[in-house]
Amino acid sequence: MSGIRVLEAGPRALLVELASGDDAEAFHAELLRRREAGELPAVREIVPGARTVLLDGVEDRTLAGRLRSWTVPPLSREAGEAVEIPVVYDGPDLADVADAWGVAVDEVSRIHARTEFRVAFCGFAPGFGYLTGLPGHLHVPRRATPRTRVPAGALALAGPYTGVYPRPSPGGWQLIGRMPEPGTLWDPAREPAALLGPGARVRFVPAGVHA
Amino acid sequence: MSPGLEVVRAGALTTVQDEGRAGWAHLGVPRAGALDGPARRLANRLVGNAPDAAVLETTLTGCAVRVTGTRPVLAVVGGAGCRVTVDGRPAPWGAPVRVPGGAVLEAGPAVHGLRGYLAFAGGLVPEPVLGSRSADLLSGLGPPVLREGDVLPLGRPGGAPCADTVPWPGVPAELVLPLHAGPRDDWFTEAALRTLTTAAYRVSERSNRIGLRMEGPSLARAREGELPSEGMVLGAVQVPPDGLPVVFLNDHPTTGGYPVVGVVAETALAGAAQAVPGTPVRFVRA
Repeated sequence: MSGIRVLEAGPRALLVELASGDDAEAFHAELLRRREAGELPAVREIVPGARTVLLDGVEDRTLAGRLRSWTVPPLSREAGEAVEIPVVYDGPDLADVADAWGVAVDEVSRIHARTEFRVAFCGFAPGFGYLTGLPGHLHVPRRATPRTRVPAGALALAGPYTGVYPRPSPGGWQLIGRMPEPGTLWDPAREPAALLGPGARVRFVPAGVHA
Repeated sequence: MSPGLEVVRAGALTTVQDEGRAGWAHLGVPRAGALDGPARRLANRLVGNAPDAAVLETTLTGCAVRVTGTRPVLAVVGGAGCRVTVDGRPAPWGAPVRVPGGAVLEAGPAVHGLRGYLAFAGGLVPEPVLGSRSADLLSGLGPPVLREGDVLPLGRPGGAPCADTVPWPGVPAELVLPLHAGPRDDWFTEAALRTLTTAAYRVSERSNRIGLRMEGPSLARAREGELPSEGMVLGAVQVPPDGLPVVFLNDHPTTGGYPVVGVVAETALAGAAQAVPGTPVRFVRA
């Protein structure tokens, strides 16, 4: 993997910047693998971002130098069981997305539902995952005017990402559908609390259709 | 009746805080926790609690609570300096106070500093969420902001207090924030970086538990465009499009898309927690 930059974020955190989102996901997977194998010095947080992975609470000052020399295998998108999210494709921006994709409206759901997604990182709200998997020509811009309220469970697109809102909030993403029971996305009493944690494989299943 | 507290006067913004919920940032969960960690630990020591016990954090106007049940509760009011009373009678600030069952402990408005800490023997024990009893005002996790009439349960008192008087730090007239450069200082012009460490900033009244916002000269960027979302650390100095630095405090978002010009040393953040709006701020190289 070429182009690893290790930046300091204060005296006890390292921000590892990769050349692409795919590389960042692969690097994050490798960090988790090494932590699991006991090969990583203690860090408090491993926080993936769009092109980065933040290591916070790093006590070992030599880690930065070693990270640069890691050999990181490419991401295996097929590894692990996929989380299936039942959705209804009836969002208010479906027609706009169909226009942007250059397809008929009912084709949007078919394309989206046969895409293999992966949670690249979380943020914005507990349990909100930024899912990658749509190819570049299907990336859509945010709405020019954000909505003041997006309902919980809204299935949305922006840039390279797909996401499902775990709770009502303002939002500027394009809404293509909804998850009828969004309560399962985030439950702090459950282990794991987030249904869509970083690295999880995800498939959207049109409600009423069984895989 | 089990020991607890009934909120008589909630104050401007009073929350339950402990050490916070570290280890969940990858799920988008802020760390939360008391903004003035040393004050919270001192207050806990004075009532014989473990240092990580949950306390009340008040904002500017203090609060008042009644001890429910018949047994007395050992309590301390520390952090921001204020008048302390028990059923209206003056009581010491910053030292343990025995509050009889049914009596009201009041922390008055802050006379210096901003955030008061009220610790009670046994600690506050609302239901923990992800291992912490802290209220997180960004994402709404943990116990809600206190309202009049709320009842909060107290735990069983532990050992004897290990001190009955401790030195509390004063609140300096000026907030000096030692700054480690990066990770995105290269997004700013040389002039902006000089401005940051030489100009006089002031604490904005738009500051909150998420961030200490600055008033003063805005910082010009050396490059345009958006930064792809990346992980944020406590103390990060994020610069949104208006160019005015924001120092991230405990309820900060775990990822963000504005460049971080530097990171304030964690030891300086207790002082930041006590800086009232208008306080002069100086960033110095760490």
